[in-house]
Amino acid sequence: MPLLKIEKLSKSFGGLKAVSNLNIEINEGELIGLIGPNGAGKTTAFNLLTGVYEQSEGKILFQDKDMRGLKPYHVTQRGMARTFQNIRLFSDLSVIDNVKIAYHQRSSYGVFSAFLRLPSYYAGEEEMQQKAMELLKIFNLDHKAEEIAKNLPYGEQRRLEIARALGTEPKLLLLDEPAAGMNPQETHDLMNLIRWIREKFKLTILLIEHDMSLVMGVCERIYVLDYGMIIAQGAPDEIKSNPKVIEAYLGEEVV
Amino acid sequence: MGKRINRQSVVTLLGVLLVYAIVQGSILMDILPPFIALTLIQVCIFIILSTSLNLINGITGQFSIGHAGFMAIGAYMAAIVVVKFQGPLMLALLAGALVSALAGFLIGLPTLRLKGDYLAIATLGFGEIVRIIFLNMEYVGGASGFSVPKTITWTWAFWLMVISVIIIRNFIYSTHGRACISIRENEIAADVMGINTTKYKIMAFTIGAFFAGLAGGIYANYLYIIQPLTFSFLKSFDILVMVVLGGLGSLTGSILGAVVMTVVSAALSGWPEWRLVITAILLIVMMIFRPKGLLGTKEFSLSFLGKKGEKNASSKD
Repeated sequence: MPLLKIEKLSKSFGGLKAVSNLNIEINEGELIGLIGPNGAGKTTAFNLLTGVYEQSEGKILFQDKDMRGLKPYHVTQRGMARTFQNIRLFSDLSVIDNVKIAYHQRSSYGVFSAFLRLPSYYAGEEEMQQKAMELLKIFNLDHKAEEIAKNLPYGEQRRLEIARALGTEPKLLLLDEPAAGMNPQETHDLMNLIRWIREKFKLTILLIEHDMSLVMGVCERIYVLDYGMIIAQGAPDEIKSNPKVIEAYLGEEVV
Repeated sequence: MGKRINRQSVVTLLGVLLVYAIVQGSILMDILPPFIALTLIQVCIFIILSTSLNLINGITGQFSIGHAGFMAIGAYMAAIVVVKFQGPLMLALLAGALVSALAGFLIGLPTLRLKGDYLAIATLGFGEIVRIIFLNMEYVGGASGFSVPKTITWTWAFWLMVISVIIIRNFIYSTHGRACISIRENEIAADVMGINTTKYKIMAFTIGAFFAGLAGGIYANYLYIIQPLTFSFLKSFDILVMVVLGGLGSLTGSILGAVVMTVVSAALSGWPEWRLVITAILLIVMMIFRPKGLLGTKEFSLSFLGKKGEKNASSKD
């Protein structure tokens, strides 16, 4: 049974079909890439998966359950977390608060214990603090826990966004262009980080990426999207030599 | 965090006790002019109103300007319990706050789907609707007003204010408060991080309405008479000005804003036609020099008073 099964997924905005007839299957523990030229519909696909957009047609089965009509927070509670192409941190909050917010859905105390500061409040806050610190340590951000998120360097903001997504304790992690704006060295580090968190957290990862070295380097299987349709899929080597992919990326004349 | 009691909270507690003792002492010795006593109780009422509005506007980032409406509901409900049913004061205040919270919940459900200006217009409309309803209700005296015996003392007003501020503060510094703040910071990200944004907006709205209702109840049981006109949109704006003046998102800022505005209004009571002019000038000056309010989003703390270079010496542990 695949962890995520997307069947004939379509989304149209008015007359424009941003995504049409998308079929993707992801098994547990896989690291899958979703690539395609600008405007191919990659982010739209992510937004459909996470409930930001509602699908026009098709089916999304996550752990064999239909995700149709679920709100984004519900999707996250089911175990799917994501990052954004343009970083969306809680930029005026401290680094640790960013992560604590991700832990909120599993917080153990209610509003009334918060009002009255009952013992469960202290226990719950303590637990969150510890969990958040552990996670920051893994991402080597623990020494910056009290800093304001927007003051972090770009690469660390990216890392924090991934850390925050992991705070929701997902099974499937969706990374939207995690290497955007990074230099080759940072991209290389990110590659190792992605491989490592997959082992550490037993994650399944789907990533959208422009940076070919990253995609070819870490992904086991790749789906190529163009004009909202899958034009190719397979192992990185097959994709590299697939004429359709080269055509989509480089134009017809080259082929 | 960590330690439950730190220097900051001890000093705050001492300060609170000191303020209470000084005022209560001068009331007992009969040396407090009645006008000042009135102003002090109004300060307490407005602190409850501004901190509760800040929970909605500053913390959760939902622009509401109907706070006087909730205050009116609390005031009239508390007055009805006291006058028509001869209920005890505590029950009256609680009833006012709860009915106001219920109204907040019911109004929040549809209106919190709106954002920004549209939400502001909807809440403004709500406040006016409440006022017009009371204006046309003969049961509560209509336009001529509803007289209520004066039972609120300094002790009641002050400690109810302290309890309200503590509860609101406790909420803000909990995971639920952080959920509200995350909505203000980035609603899409909050949603994707598993936070039910609608639920928390409505929660903030309901809690805010609860305390506005409480403040209304205190008001009704202090001022002998309540009239619908008291709860016009100008009152909502007064509260909003306090929140903005103190700094959206800063609880201590709201307290400061409430104190400053109430004292300024009281000082200008001899020249009522100048009050709005001065308020406007005050706001313009503030917009130029401190566009984020007196305290911005920061909280006033002991380390504020220390040397500038020293960072959070006291509040961190």
